Amino acid sequence: MINKNISQAKQPASPYVAETPWLDPKAKPFIQIKGLSKQFDDFTAVNNISLDIYKGELFTILGGSGCGKSTLLRMLAGFEMPSAGQIIIDDVDMSGVPAYDRPINMMFQSYAVFPHMTVAQNVAYGLKKERVAKLEITRRVSEMLELVQLSDLAKRKPQQLSGGERQRVALARALIKQPKVLLLDEPLAALDKKLREQTQFELMNLQYQLGITFVVVTHDQEEAMTLSTRVAVMDQGQFVQTGTPTQVYESPKNRFVADFFGTINLFDATVISCQPNEGTASYDIKAKLDKTGTMVKAVGESLLSPASTITIGVRPEKIGISHERPEGDNLTIAKGVVEDLAYYGNRSIYRVRSESGRVIQVSAQNYQRSEQLSLEWDDQVYLSWDSSCNVVLTE
Amino acid sequence: MNRSSRFVFSALCFGFAFLYLPILVLILFSFNDSSLATVWGGFSLRWYSALLNNEQIIDAALLSLKIAAVSATFATILGTMAGLALTQMGRYRGRLIFTGLIAAPLVMPEVITGLSLLLMFVSLQELIGWPVSRGASTITIAHITFSMAYVAVIVQSRLGSMDQSMEEAAMDLGGRPMQVAFDITLPLIAPSMLSGWLLAFTLSLDDLVIASFTSGAGASTLPMVIFSKIKLGVTPDINALATLIIGTVSIGILLASWVIFKQNKRHKEG
Repeated sequence: MINKNISQAKQPASPYVAETPWLDPKAKPFIQIKGLSKQFDDFTAVNNISLDIYKGELFTILGGSGCGKSTLLRMLAGFEMPSAGQIIIDDVDMSGVPAYDRPINMMFQSYAVFPHMTVAQNVAYGLKKERVAKLEITRRVSEMLELVQLSDLAKRKPQQLSGGERQRVALARALIKQPKVLLLDEPLAALDKKLREQTQFELMNLQYQLGITFVVVTHDQEEAMTLSTRVAVMDQGQFVQTGTPTQVYESPKNRFVADFFGTINLFDATVISCQPNEGTASYDIKAKLDKTGTMVKAVGESLLSPASTITIGVRPEKIGISHERPEGDNLTIAKGVVEDLAYYGNRSIYRVRSESGRVIQVSAQNYQRSEQLSLEWDDQVYLSWDSSCNVVLTE
Repeated sequence: MNRSSRFVFSALCFGFAFLYLPILVLILFSFNDSSLATVWGGFSLRWYSALLNNEQIIDAALLSLKIAAVSATFATILGTMAGLALTQMGRYRGRLIFTGLIAAPLVMPEVITGLSLLLMFVSLQELIGWPVSRGASTITIAHITFSMAYVAVIVQSRLGSMDQSMEEAAMDLGGRPMQVAFDITLPLIAPSMLSGWLLAFTLSLDDLVIASFTSGAGASTLPMVIFSKIKLGVTPDINALATLIIGTVSIGILLASWVIFKQNKRHKEG
């Protein structure tokens, strides 16, 4: 849909994006959310949230249903008034600015394409309300339809469009006003899998080309991972963790984030020793898994007292699975039986019952081409992973 | 045709005969040449021409149409406003009570509606001297009162099934509240307003009880005239008149259901 391929778009020529503006203390945030709260009767949907989003970011707010993410988005759009706090966009305080005067447009989850207007009329609506001259409207609408490859369908009514086409109408309609911020509510939820993957890349390209700041709300962690420059994981009206997708995935802050953002095997453990790692700010931790007594090594961010209880997390794809006992330093090794396996073509997921009786999930790439599975049900296997893959969770 | 489907078929025929035979007989006898209402004397259109020369009936028919058109229009405006208030203004205190109250006239016996309106008109006349006398205007007001409820229910159900984010999207794109109402909301509920209007029109044309309560001397609607004539014995020109009314009402109902059908179809596709 976008007439530019990714490699072109990824050239550093774009004037908008410093690679990591959130690490630069001098960078000025584009959207500032300060102590924002929203109270519905006796239910707190959004609880004292503060956040800076920088120009050109593709920021994703991720959370389950009822976590307050939609309320936050609606407050940004101006459909809900905050009970407390402030939203500042490009140095302008948005308090008291109604939705129709905000430099923000939104793509709705249902797309909300007007059924009694053609595709072109839908896209033109925002410009008409701005009282842009007729000729200019015609020109900009056809440009925009070109950009989202809907030119051939300009005269169609929404009933005659597919879901993906309707989504592009909604996107074009929101983008044509050249907003400072585009809000996207579950942008990919209504699309089927193939179309979703394609649209993901198209959205990223479009965002890069236009330099508009995107704020995405989603419950789908895969969507959040692939799209975003940064992710905020939200629960019960508050941000639990904010960071790049790799930060949140590889170094989750607590059990909730680890479990919500991807799949993880969690083991209860007790700290044996904890020493500062020289030259870095981190700590070398030795711990004993409560169930099996296996000693594991890990790197933690804070000083832990011996005998304190922690949780050790390991992502399924970090675990190796083999018939023979692997050799190597720094490996944590467990023995088990394949209880269940799911073949996905490119990879397989194994559920292995370890000797201690708990199930460990393993995800392995299928490197070799073979019509025979290399591992079968009830096979005796060894699981192993490098101790650097151990994530220490204290909350 | 096997046994069970033959049974279903004959049940169907019997049911429809039960419903429509009386009406067919009436239509047939409207073309009767005989002046006795129950004896067939050959085909003729004489009762239709007699009807056209009957000024009392023509006047009553015109009055009925006028009342129906005016009351349907006002009922549609007020009913739409009520429907909007019940669905668009968010949650406010007492919304459920209002929703219930708006539907109450639908189940209220007509006699009670008529009587209460009559009492209100009489006491208003005593208090503020208006309405000076009862007639076409009081019938119209009475008809607006009860048909408004039907319109409100129809519009409300359409609004309830409408995607609320449609209006938010329009506002997000820069539409002020009034613009959003005219650009988005009204076009989307227009079909249900039209079917509401047609229903209100038909209800008003049809009404005898409430009109009888709220009318005064000199203002008789068509159903009132027919009813008073029947009391003096059935004359064949009433058959002709009834046939015309059946025709008008059927067309009205067909139009209304066609509009609703189209709207549902579009809604399903959309």
